[in-house]
Amino acid sequence: MSSLSTNQPTPSRFSRLWNSNMGYSFRRNPVAIVSLAIFLIIAIASTLAPVLAPFDPYDPAQIDIMNSEYPPMWVDGADPQFFLGTDDQGRDLWSTILYGTRLSLLIGLCAVALQAFLGISIGLVAGYVGGRIDSLLMRLADIQLSFSTLMVAIIFLAVTQAMFGSETFNQYAIYFLIAVIGVAEWPQYARTVRATVLAEKKKEYIDSARVLGFGPIRIMVRHILPNSLSPIFVISTVQVANAIISEASLSFLGLGMPPSQPSLGSLISSGFDYIFSGSWWITAIPGVVLVVLVLVINLLGDWMRDVLNPKLYKG
Amino acid sequence: MSTASQQTKPLLELKGLEKRFDLDKGFLETVKLRGGRLTRERRSVHAVNNVSLNVDRGEALCIVGESGCGKSTVARLVAGLLSPTGGEIHYDGDRIDDRSRAAMMPLRKKMQMIFQNPYASLNPRMTIQQALEEPVRHHNPQMNRGEVRDKVAEVMRSVGVDPSWSSRYPHEFSGGQRQRIAIARALTVDPEFIIADEPISALDVSIQAQVLNLMLEAKDERGLTYFFITHDLSVVEHFGTRVAVLYLGTLCELADTRTLFENPKHPYTKALLSAVPKLKDEGPSHIRLQGEIPTPINLPQGCPFQTRCAFANARCRESRPRPLLQTDGSTVACHAVEEGRLDG
Amino acid sequence: MSLLSVRDLTVKFAMRDNTVTALNQISFDLAKGERLGIVGESGAGKSITGFSLMNLLSRPGYIDSGQILFGGQDITQLSEAEMRKIRGNRMAMIFQDPMVTLNPVLTIGQQMVETLRAHRSLSKAEAEQIAILKLREVYIPSPEERLNQYPHELSGGMRQRIIIAMALLLDPELIIADEPTTALDVTIQADIMELLLELCQSNKVGLILITHDLGVVSQMTERTLVMYAGRLIEAGPTREIINDPQHPYTQGLINALPQQTLPGQRLKQIPGNMPSLTAIPTGCPFSPRCEYAVDHCRKILPEIVRYGQVEVACHEVSRLQNTNFEEASA
Repeated sequence: MSSLSTNQPTPSRFSRLWNSNMGYSFRRNPVAIVSLAIFLIIAIASTLAPVLAPFDPYDPAQIDIMNSEYPPMWVDGADPQFFLGTDDQGRDLWSTILYGTRLSLLIGLCAVALQAFLGISIGLVAGYVGGRIDSLLMRLADIQLSFSTLMVAIIFLAVTQAMFGSETFNQYAIYFLIAVIGVAEWPQYARTVRATVLAEKKKEYIDSARVLGFGPIRIMVRHILPNSLSPIFVISTVQVANAIISEASLSFLGLGMPPSQPSLGSLISSGFDYIFSGSWWITAIPGVVLVVLVLVINLLGDWMRDVLNPKLYKG
Repeated sequence: MSTASQQTKPLLELKGLEKRFDLDKGFLETVKLRGGRLTRERRSVHAVNNVSLNVDRGEALCIVGESGCGKSTVARLVAGLLSPTGGEIHYDGDRIDDRSRAAMMPLRKKMQMIFQNPYASLNPRMTIQQALEEPVRHHNPQMNRGEVRDKVAEVMRSVGVDPSWSSRYPHEFSGGQRQRIAIARALTVDPEFIIADEPISALDVSIQAQVLNLMLEAKDERGLTYFFITHDLSVVEHFGTRVAVLYLGTLCELADTRTLFENPKHPYTKALLSAVPKLKDEGPSHIRLQGEIPTPINLPQGCPFQTRCAFANARCRESRPRPLLQTDGSTVACHAVEEGRLDG
Repeated sequence: MSLLSVRDLTVKFAMRDNTVTALNQISFDLAKGERLGIVGESGAGKSITGFSLMNLLSRPGYIDSGQILFGGQDITQLSEAEMRKIRGNRMAMIFQDPMVTLNPVLTIGQQMVETLRAHRSLSKAEAEQIAILKLREVYIPSPEERLNQYPHELSGGMRQRIIIAMALLLDPELIIADEPTTALDVTIQADIMELLLELCQSNKVGLILITHDLGVVSQMTERTLVMYAGRLIEAGPTREIINDPQHPYTQGLINALPQQTLPGQRLKQIPGNMPSLTAIPTGCPFSPRCEYAVDHCRKILPEIVRYGQVEVACHEVSRLQNTNFEEASA
């Protein structure tokens, strides 16, 4: 296919990616470009929260209850000090959103990393080994999937909250959230990975590796896994969006991040009580951020699915 | 050939090899409603039935047959990718079909396989260098980086792959080049025995010649023994020293290449040979077979070829012919040949 | 007058950054009832020729220039509706994989009756009678029962017979067969080829057989075209081309067959690979692989010219003749 006679220098990884089909379709797709741009802005801004935020919402010394419920800049009665206004406790909403988004993203990514680790390992083993182990693991996945994520999470978090008491729970809330969202959704990965493994396992390069005497772990990790990455990428974007939503829902229900360390969900929740007293911004602005964040991730996922076209990815 | 095989042990020996694939796997699948009653029955594909043959050192044994005759299954059984349902496989005097993966390891250096589809037999996410280095490292952990690189470069040169291509990925190569790389990969461990499963049937005519030449060269230079699976009889005539004809997983005829092409005995072999389109004679003149290959599920009693054979009689429908040695050294499994019915 | 006359047909594919010429100035004629073979390796453009003749090219491929005169009418200018009247009716195509042509959810009978009634005003019963007749013509046992079967219930050889019967349903003047037996076994292939030959001869149907197998071409066709990298490089009577090929590529293709060499000897291989359509060399496209190539082969594209009984696109064909002659006499 290629002109091998000419000895071109090996292109760098980036230019290879840029000139690949994926890079080409990205350049041609304005939705993908805008989505990625917005996602990067949100991600970078929230990562740099300690630098960008004028206040530290975690520091009680910087919070003055007298400052509570200032509206955003463009509304009458705003305090120019607080760009997006303040919440019910007098925290600067802009700073709180930056920190909250950081928390939401962190929980989302870590939870997905945990899901991916569990799901990919289980999916690889189930698909490659097959037989009884496959049946056992997939029935486990079915059972896990037959409970909704939120239900499992609510029960688990409510029980832990009752067991450890509110204070301890709040201290370790972030780990509990990651664990519960991570564990609840692994079957998504496991099923997708298993399906790809079954397809890849039939190809001759796997037979070739077996004839060369490579062990099952080497074949799974070095040969099958790299060829199963496309569906894993696609499912990961969707799962990050889902995990952020789950976290927000749990926090909204009071089972997630405590009000002293608000994520986007707990911020929305805390503002909810004031929505009828006219302080709509405490709920609305973090809500918009959450919706935009989840939307761009999903749009990126859609685009990626079209490009990588993993026919196997269908739940 | 026969004198040579008396002096030395055969390199590969298949003894009554059998392979069945169960179609109904779980318990529930075996339960069927027949005539208003629930019965348990298990259907299975009889892919290989009682195949016995030897491969001597230095020869190129070709297995020919049409699709579904079990030739690829035989290759996979020998390579240890499948385990036989019955029978034994001996390599260099030792039984190998019941060995664990670890016990097979020393054999993996001696026995390699080349696959049909060069588009699928290389890992698409590995560069050529990685693909070739991996087996060398795995089988020679004592080698240092430099030695591994030298070994890979040497093999690449010997198969006509430019070592400067090594940082490229398989999709950047054409089918013929990929097949060369696949052959190089098999040769990196210095094997003595190569199982080739239709290695050229996915390639273009002009490229087929290149790859066949490469395999012949490797045979001369490295003293390789080939177990060559193909459906292309002109390749067999050119490449093979002996030929085994399979039909529905059963051995029909086994003979030296020249004997088989000059004097085919089994009615199926005759039909097969006559069906090859010849370049320079006028019009088709092949032996027309009735019907088509039946499915290998629950094979009929008697000779597997009876449904299409013009010479089949009551005996052929009842008992399965056994492979018998003929005067010219070939082995034929056919009642009609045994009784001399075909000569009349 | 010839049944089909292709003049300077050029087909291009619009790729991401450029256009690729898949067929380059192909010209040939087919007389009524003549059987023509198109030979070449993958990427030579032989299948694209078949698709162009049926006006079946789909994006990104398109006919850039040239004419395809079928019965005196330029079919490249026809609308899709007008083309549909010709396709299947006066011109039929047989594909490599029968499962692509047969609809898996309709019975054989439904598909045959549908095709017939789309082109002829027939009652269902009449159409079925014709279908049974055609199935009998291709030696399908108990055709009445086959009509109620689905494609997956039949074997590969049987399906290809049914495809042939369907191609013959409307008594076409031309059948284009694209590798019709590549997916089949040798013994079945021989049967199908014999059947196709017999039907073409008895019904005076023109046949264009697209294949990579020179043996098949030699048994089936009267004339042969050899294609390389989207160009026609040699055309003439099949006998001539097989027995006395002129173009170095055709020679190489024939000499590379294992039958042409003594067992165990090195085959006469053609070095290198067919160029990809995106990187066709200047001058003669075969020059990088050609042992006779001289300087001007690499610079100037050879025109296709008559040489003896065949037409060849090679600068060096006369010189080549002499060297071959010397070798033979030496």
